[in-house]
Amino acid sequence: MTSLTNTIGPDAPAPAFTAVGGDVPDYFALLKPRVMVLVIFTALVGMVVSQGHVAPAIGVISLLAIAVGAGASGCLNMWWDADIDAVMTRTAQRPIPAGRISSEEALGFGLFLSVASVLVLGLAANWLAAGLLAFTIVFYAVIYSMWLKRATAQNIVIGGAAGALPPVIGQAVVSGSVGIESLVLFAIIFIWTPPHFWALALIKAEEYARAGIPMMPNVAGPASTRRQIVWYSIFLAPLGLAPVALGFGGLLYAVIGVVGGVGMLAFSVRVLKNREGEAEKRAAMGMFGFSILYLFALFSALLAEQSFGLFRPLV
Amino acid sequence: MADPEIPQRQLTPAEEARRRKRSIAIALALGAWVLLFFVLTIVKLGPQILSRPL
Repeated sequence: MTSLTNTIGPDAPAPAFTAVGGDVPDYFALLKPRVMVLVIFTALVGMVVSQGHVAPAIGVISLLAIAVGAGASGCLNMWWDADIDAVMTRTAQRPIPAGRISSEEALGFGLFLSVASVLVLGLAANWLAAGLLAFTIVFYAVIYSMWLKRATAQNIVIGGAAGALPPVIGQAVVSGSVGIESLVLFAIIFIWTPPHFWALALIKAEEYARAGIPMMPNVAGPASTRRQIVWYSIFLAPLGLAPVALGFGGLLYAVIGVVGGVGMLAFSVRVLKNREGEAEKRAAMGMFGFSILYLFALFSALLAEQSFGLFRPLV
Repeated sequence: MADPEIPQRQLTPAEEARRRKRSIAIALALGAWVLLFFVLTIVKLGPQILSRPL
């Protein structure tokens, strides 16, 4: 692997243009708003599948705090990874590598929002939820960004835990504890993460290699990565139906879980078979896109069943 | 306060405009922060606060 000495982290050479302060949308972009939306959504589902009750205002404030906490960890990730972002086309226009915001500003912004979000969640809901949010921020910013991402091909496997925690935080907000419902949702997101990201990594392997990131296709090779995508999908399809077996997923969820699970398997086999040229790209992008749809559909089904009276128990 | 040892330069009109927008955004965020804590306090107190013995 290429030596990254003096080219990684905040000690990397400053961009040619020194920022004097960005526009307001640049600061918003530091929070990775699309990730924040996903976090709000999965945390909300964690809340609605939980036993317990919380005042609507407390629920909204808690979701806001969870979203801001996730945004803060995204901001800290962008601060640390500015050197990597600068050499990848997908991320080169982010505010720090593009020179619109200085890394010191991003660090201060991320740290302030981290502390503020944990404090608000602790005061609004409870300190278990706040502790879980703090753990999520530290896990993503320190364990994943600063360590795993540049150290091992299992980076997004282990780091995926940070993205899987919002439903657990949501349940902690409502019930003051962590139950089997949110742990199952955690497991679904955790197992979903590798095939989702590796599909993208197959296409972006050259860029990751240039940035010195040991993604699975660069380390174990594309063939091994494709096999692992299939194995994870084989494991994910039945795991996606666990909410039905545990009684908090009903008929609608079961139908979506079965159709989606079969779809994940089909798309993963397509990735395994198409190994060259345009067909490879189409298969990988198909897998990437469908995996987003699959997770969104599963969680939407739970939300619809629990919130709009569509729950029809199967067990 | 600016360090007299470090030469300062005039901000361009575009930079001034950006700084002004940032200042407004910070003011709005601080206002929202105060409102959030106000709402939180009222909700935490609950309706019982109105029927407490005086």
